[in-house]
Amino acid sequence: MSFLKEFIKFLMERKKFWLVPILLFLLIFGALFVVTQGTAVAPFIYTIF
Amino acid sequence: MTYILGVSAFYHDSAAALIKDGKIISAAQEERFTRKKHDSGFPTNAINFVLNFSNIKLNEIDHIVFYEKPFLKFERLLETYVAFAPKGFQSFSRAMPIWLKEKLFQKKFIFDYLKSIDNTFKDDTKLLFSEHHLSHAASAFYPSPFEEAIILTADGVGEWATTTVAIGKKNNVEIKKELHFPHSLGLLYSAFTYYTGFKVNSGEYKLMGLAPYGKPLYVDKILSNLIDLKNDGTFILDQKYFNYSTGLTMTNKNFDDLFGEKPRKPETEKITQFHMDIAASIQNVTEKIMLLLAKSLKKEYEIPNLCLAGGVALNCVANGKILQEKIFENIWVQPAAGDAGGSLGAALAYWHIDLDNEREETHKDNMCGSYLGNEFKEIEILEKLDEIGANYEKLDQNEIINKTARDLADGKAVGWFQGRMEFGPRALGNRSILGDPRSDTMQKNLNLKVKYRESFRPFAPSILREDLNDWFEMNTDSPYMLFVSDVKKSRTLELSNEQKKLFGIDLLNVKKSEIPAVTHVDYSARIQTVSKETNPLYYKLIEKFKEKTNCPVLVNTSFNIRGEPIVHTPEDAFKCFMGTELDVLVVGNCYLVKTDQDLNLKSNYTNNFELD
Repeated sequence: MSFLKEFIKFLMERKKFWLVPILLFLLIFGALFVVTQGTAVAPFIYTIF
Repeated sequence: MTYILGVSAFYHDSAAALIKDGKIISAAQEERFTRKKHDSGFPTNAINFVLNFSNIKLNEIDHIVFYEKPFLKFERLLETYVAFAPKGFQSFSRAMPIWLKEKLFQKKFIFDYLKSIDNTFKDDTKLLFSEHHLSHAASAFYPSPFEEAIILTADGVGEWATTTVAIGKKNNVEIKKELHFPHSLGLLYSAFTYYTGFKVNSGEYKLMGLAPYGKPLYVDKILSNLIDLKNDGTFILDQKYFNYSTGLTMTNKNFDDLFGEKPRKPETEKITQFHMDIAASIQNVTEKIMLLLAKSLKKEYEIPNLCLAGGVALNCVANGKILQEKIFENIWVQPAAGDAGGSLGAALAYWHIDLDNEREETHKDNMCGSYLGNEFKEIEILEKLDEIGANYEKLDQNEIINKTARDLADGKAVGWFQGRMEFGPRALGNRSILGDPRSDTMQKNLNLKVKYRESFRPFAPSILREDLNDWFEMNTDSPYMLFVSDVKKSRTLELSNEQKKLFGIDLLNVKKSEIPAVTHVDYSARIQTVSKETNPLYYKLIEKFKEKTNCPVLVNTSFNIRGEPIVHTPEDAFKCFMGTELDVLVVGNCYLVKTDQDLNLKSNYTNNFELD
């Protein structure tokens, strides 16, 4: 939680909001890769790329 | 009483530094403890050392400052990948998992590491972050003897900045301007380090040492293609020739085509005259840039003092050129100019800038000679030497000085281990290998039989400060071996007509001065001035050597072999002594001769370290 707070503070200060979607994309798909590793969903995720 | 711990880690040369009420107490690089050169891991051992040295626990530290800002670095990475997309996907796909898993959460990781050092440490608000180049600038200004100075920092890259100009005045450092990634003097130099077959982030000083063997034939090519250099020393690098922004190498095919050869493969290809000429050319360009920057800054700010830090400030040849041109009245270079010194700068910046504390002594060098590391008591040395089965004589200090000076005068190679370990990449007379500079064979022998390194590499002289001007064309303090100057004309030897025709590596065996072992092929030397105040024991040794030989100069090279971090403990020193062709080892007041040792203790030493 403190990480999120600090990162939002950083974004507000740097005003580089266009980084947010890239970062969200990376975090969501990164998490998805980790979570789905070895599961039946994995092949579908990998085919997206 | 306020203790501040500075930490640098996770790129290269991790280190820890401790200051108490703004006074520098101790500092050390992690590599010395782990025996892994340029170790980038979290500096647990170095932190433990600085804490033990002051007999305090981590929990008693008031502030802990990391030397750079990970979020800003991440921003630079993302922006760079976006700017170059779709090029660089391979590098992106390798870098992102590490960042998303670890590096982005560096605060938590650092906090966890700190907790593993002291589980009573619970207050994460003590953990703060400085900016990379502010850390460098602070490390250059606060320990300097100046009340006001221009601070120039240049390295590969920090967060965004690659070169910064700051003004230091009293207790404040204010960054005035910056050059940003990918336009970087450090990375330009590293690109050529890579191209000539040396390791990036460690082989840069080899390239500098190779330069005098070559001719700067490619300067125009570099200036008209790779770099757009302005009159004030600022520049833009044409990314068409480089691959470091998004790739896994420093240079690309365009670079190879420009110079006509592929990067040298160190395992299979020898260094040729081409590589020497390339080295001479990039060194010349680096000096040009540094001189232009120095001149324009002096003109703009009209301050007579200059402080330097960042990896580029370890280019002592360029530093020597700035000194020689007399652009500034005084120059002070942080001895741990690389990232290790960032730990010290981060702590000092927080004390002076954020906590707004005055500097106490601004008219003297406050780096304590850079002797900020570990030291061993006599009892510890004796115990350790007994434990490892060393055969030694325990003498008093006068006898040690006398015997060592005699051995040096007899042409022996001596391992010299005394007092506190140096902070920074140079051995300054406490963890040094010493030799007689008058010897014709010393350079070759030390390189090939003791250090096991390339024969072209030069050695540096240590000289008594008061004798400096009799032997070198320089009369400025250089306690940290960070200025290069020529050997005094009157001490050089006339070359024969045949010798004059030689060039490149063939010049290596030509005797060029009264002190050939420390005279580089271009008659230059990387000088360390030794004064009574900063290192009284080393001073006495050189003084005694002078008494015996009339020469106030010694060869001083770091106590290690190629690829090995400088020795840290008496045990490291003994292992190195036994694993190399060193003749004598002096550890504190213990005197060891190789022929007296049990040869079974000799180990196959060279294979222990990866070549750098």
